[in-house]
Amino acid sequence: MSGFPILSLMLAIPAAAAIACLFAGDRLARLIALGATVVAFVLGCVMWAQFDIGGPQWQFTERADLFGRFSWALGIDGMALMLIMLSVFLMPLCILASWDAIKSRVGLYMAMFLVMETIMIGVFCAQDLLLFYIFFEAGLIPMYFIIGIWGGANRKYAAYKFFLYTLLGSVLMLIAMIAMIAEAGTTDIPTLLNYDFPVEMQTWLWLAFFASLAVKMPMWPVHTWLPDAHVQAPTAGSMILAGVLLKLGAYGFIRFMMPMFPDASAQLMWIVFGLSMVAVVYTSLVALVQSDMKKLIAYSSVAHMAIVTAGLFAFNQQGMEGALIIMLSHGVVSAALFFCVGVIYDRLHTREIDRYGGLAVNMPAYAIFFMLFTMASIGLPGTSGFVGEFLSLAGIYEASSWVAFVCTTGIILGAAYMLYLYRRVVFGELTKDDVKAMPDLNPREWAVLAPLAAVALWMGVYPESFLAPMRGDVTTVVARLAPAKPAGDAHLAAGKPQPAKAQGETAHGSSHAGGVQ
Amino acid sequence: MTADLALIWPELILTIGGLITLMLGTFLGDRQVGLYQLSALLTLAAAAAAVVALFGVEASVFSGTLAVDGFGGFAKLLIYAASFICILIAPRFFTGGMRAEYPVLILFAALGMGIMASSRDLMTLYVGLELNSLAAYVLASFMRTDERSTEAGLKYFVLGALASGMLLYGISLLYGFTGTTDFTGIAARMGGEMNVGLIFGIVFVLAGLGFKISAVPFHMWTPDVYEGAPTPVTTFFASAPKVAAMALMTRVVIDAMGPAVGAWQQIIIFLALASIILGAVGAIGQKNIKRLLAYSSINNVGFMLIGLAAGTQAGVEGVLTYLLVYVVTTIGAFLVVLQLRDADGNYIESIPALAGLSQRRPGLAAAMAVFLFSLAGIPPLFGFWPKYLVFEAAVNANLLPLAIAGIVASVIGAFYYIAIIKTMYFDDKSDTEIPACGGAIVEDAVITASALWLSIIGYLFIPMLAVVSASAAAVLF
Repeated sequence: MSGFPILSLMLAIPAAAAIACLFAGDRLARLIALGATVVAFVLGCVMWAQFDIGGPQWQFTERADLFGRFSWALGIDGMALMLIMLSVFLMPLCILASWDAIKSRVGLYMAMFLVMETIMIGVFCAQDLLLFYIFFEAGLIPMYFIIGIWGGANRKYAAYKFFLYTLLGSVLMLIAMIAMIAEAGTTDIPTLLNYDFPVEMQTWLWLAFFASLAVKMPMWPVHTWLPDAHVQAPTAGSMILAGVLLKLGAYGFIRFMMPMFPDASAQLMWIVFGLSMVAVVYTSLVALVQSDMKKLIAYSSVAHMAIVTAGLFAFNQQGMEGALIIMLSHGVVSAALFFCVGVIYDRLHTREIDRYGGLAVNMPAYAIFFMLFTMASIGLPGTSGFVGEFLSLAGIYEASSWVAFVCTTGIILGAAYMLYLYRRVVFGELTKDDVKAMPDLNPREWAVLAPLAAVALWMGVYPESFLAPMRGDVTTVVARLAPAKPAGDAHLAAGKPQPAKAQGETAHGSSHAGGVQ
Repeated sequence: MTADLALIWPELILTIGGLITLMLGTFLGDRQVGLYQLSALLTLAAAAAAVVALFGVEASVFSGTLAVDGFGGFAKLLIYAASFICILIAPRFFTGGMRAEYPVLILFAALGMGIMASSRDLMTLYVGLELNSLAAYVLASFMRTDERSTEAGLKYFVLGALASGMLLYGISLLYGFTGTTDFTGIAARMGGEMNVGLIFGIVFVLAGLGFKISAVPFHMWTPDVYEGAPTPVTTFFASAPKVAAMALMTRVVIDAMGPAVGAWQQIIIFLALASIILGAVGAIGQKNIKRLLAYSSINNVGFMLIGLAAGTQAGVEGVLTYLLVYVVTTIGAFLVVLQLRDADGNYIESIPALAGLSQRRPGLAAAMAVFLFSLAGIPPLFGFWPKYLVFEAAVNANLLPLAIAGIVASVIGAFYYIAIIKTMYFDDKSDTEIPACGGAIVEDAVITASALWLSIIGYLFIPMLAVVSASAAAVLF
C-alpha cells in the first residue's frame, strides 16, 4: 500500500486546477474543472479497486512532519473511502450541472468548487486532529462564496447565517481538541481513537464536539441554517451541500465522538435519541407544508440525517452500517433531487410548487428520473434508501423500540411529503402555457441524472459493494463501544427449554421431534 | 562601559543613522527624497543586521537597565522590518508632500521601540516609550494642512500624555514600595507579601501600557487616530508600536511582576476579554475601512493578551508568533487600502465604495479577502495558527473559561470581516471607479508576498517559528 502518495495527488489535482481556473476564461475554466474532477474520480476508482478489504484498518497512509506541532498525515479506512468516493463522484456532476446555469464569473465559481473538493477529500482522509480541523473549518470559505455570489435573491443573509452558525459550533470543538491534545499528548487520530479519556472529561469533550457536529449535521433545533442555505444556493451548491457537507457531521460522530468518548456517548445517548425523534417527526411535518421545492427537500434532509444519528447511536452493527448506507444513499439521492429541481428551475425560474403541474406529459424522461429518486428518498425496496433505512431501523429497534417506532413514522411521513410533491409537480393537468413550453431533458442533463440513477439502483440491489469496505471499521467501533453499551429494551429472549423428557414418554417426545421438523 | 557599547550596536546605528538622515534633510531640502529615504532604509537594514549578529548573546548592559537577548531581538527585527516597509511606501502616498522628517521620525520611533522591547528597568522603559511616543505624535499630524491629520495628532498627544502620566504614577508607586526600578529587584519584592501600594502600582503601570497597545478600556484614541493619520503612518501605528508595546508589556508582566500572578492575571484577563468583545462589536457599524482596521487591531490585541494571561512560556511563544503574523497581515491590509484610489487619484476609505471590488480589481480583492479571513482566524489561512497557540496556552494554564469566552467572541469578530468580503464580492459594483494604479511595484510585491505567506504556505514555517519563538520566550523564564 505504501509508496505512491495517491491521497496527496487527489488533493493536489483539484487544488492546482482551482488556481488555473482563476486565470482561465469562462469556457476553458469549465473544461479544466470537468477534467480535474474526472481525473480525481478516476483516481478514487483506482483507490477503491486497490483497497484491501479486511486488510489493515488504515490504508494508503502518508506521513510527513511538515508542520512541527502537527503533521501532514493522511490515510483512509473503509468509511472514509466510501465518503471520498461519494465526493469525487458528485463533483463532476456538479460541474456539469452548472455548465450553462452559471454565466457570471465562471472561473471563480469553478475554482471555488475545486477548492471545495480538495477540502472534502482532505476532511475524510486527515489522520491528524489539527489537520482535520483545518480542513473541516476551511470548507466554510468556498461555501460562503458559492452561496453569496451565485445564490438567489436573499443570498447574502443565507451566506452570513451559514458561515456564522457553523463557525460558532466549530470553535467549541477546537477548544475540546486542544484539551484532548493536552491530555493525550498527540494529535494522531489513530492513537487518539484508542486513548481512554477520563470519564468526566469525556462528557465535556463530547458536548463540545456535539455543539459543532450537531450544527453541521444538522440536528433539530440547530438546523435552521440549512433551509436558508439550500434555498439560496445555486443548484450545484445545494447538491454538494446536501450530498457531502451534511455528511461531515455524521462522519464526525462515528469517527471522533463515539470511539473517542464511548462512556459519554452512552451516557448522553438520550440527547441524540431525543433530538432525532423530534427531528424526524417535526421536520417531516414541516416538509409537508412547504410550497418551495428546495425547502421541502432541505427539510427532508434534516429528517434523514436524524435517522442517521439515531442509527449511529444504536451502538450495534446494523444500526451503524445502516446509518452509513443512508449517508451514501442520501448523498446520491438528495443531490439528484436538487438537480431535478434545478432542471425545471432553469426552465421556469421559480421553485414554487404550484407553478408546475402535469410535467409527465411534456417531460416524460424527466418524470421517470424524478420518480426514481422520489422512490429512493422514500425508501422503496430496490432503491438505495430502503437498504439504509431498513438496516438502521433494525439496529435502532434493538437499542430502543420506542425510538424505532417514532423514527418509522418518519418513513411514512417521508412517503407522504415526497409523493405529494411528486403529484403536484409531475401529475395533474398540464394547464399552464409556460409549463407546456418546457422541453424535456437535454443530453447534458441526461449525463448528470443517469449516473446518479445507476448508483441509486446499484446501492439498492447490491449494497454489499458499499458495505464490504466499511464492515470492518464498523465492527471496530462497535467493539470499542461494547463496554459502555447500555442494555437495549428489545432482546432476543432465549426460549425456555423443556426439562429433559423421561424415556417412557415417547408419545410426547415424538410430537416434539415432529415440531422441530 | 565600552564593552556595553558593543552590545547595543542596533541602537547606536539607529541613532547615528537617524542623525545623518536629519542632517541630509536639513541641508539638501525636501527635494532629495530618494537620498534621505535611502539613508533611512540602509540604517534600518544595518540595525537589523546588527540584531541578527547579536543573536544568541544574552547580556544585561548599563547596570542592568537594558537587556540584550533573544526576546528583544525578535521584537526588534519585527519592528525594523515594519518600519522599513512604512518608509518604503510613503513617497507614493505623499507625492510631493514628502519631507525628510518622515523617515527621521520613523527612525527615532524605531530606536525608542527597540529600547522598549529590551528595557529591564522602569527608567529605560519610560525613556524608550516616550521617545517612540513623541515621534508618533508628530507623525500622526504629518499632513500639516489636513484637518483630520492635525486632529489625530492632537488627540493622540493629549490622551498619550494622560497615559504617560498614569504610567509614571504607577512607576513611582512601584519604586516607592519596592525601593528599586530594576525588574529583577521588583520581582523579588513581588514574591513576598503584597500590599495596596504595590497593587496600585501594578494597576497604573498596566493601564499606561494598555493605552499603548490600545486595549479596552484604553482604546478610545485608536479609531480616531487611525482614521485621521495619513495611511502610511496608520500602517506604521498598527504594526511596529504594537510589537514594541506588546513586547514591553510581556516583559513587565513576566519579568517584573512574574511572582504576583494573582495580581496581574485578572487585569490581563479583563483587558483581553474586553478588547476582544468591544473590538468586535465596535467594528460592526463602521463605514470607514481605516476605523474598521483600528477596531480589528483592538480585537487582535485581545487575543494576544489571552496568551499573555496564561503567563507560561507557551503563552509568550504564542504572543510572539501572533505578533509576527499580525504584523504581516495588518501591513498587507493597509497596503491594499493604499491602493484604493478613484479615477482622480483621491484615496477611498469608505467601505460602501468597495462594493464590487472583486470585479474591478480581482487580485486586490482576493488579497484583501485573504487578509481579512486571516485576521478572523479562519483556517486554512495562517491567521488561525497564532490564535490556536494562544488558546492552547490558555487551556493548558487552566484558563478554560477565558479560552471559551474568547473563542466564542471571536465569532462576533468574524461577522464584520465577512461583511467586508460580502461588500467586495457579493454586492453590485459601486459607482466609484477604482482603476489599477501603475508603478506600485513595491506595494504589489509586498501584498502578494504577504497574501501568499498567509495562505497555506505559512504552515510550512511553523517548525522554524516554533524554534525562534521558543528561544526568544525562554529568556523570560
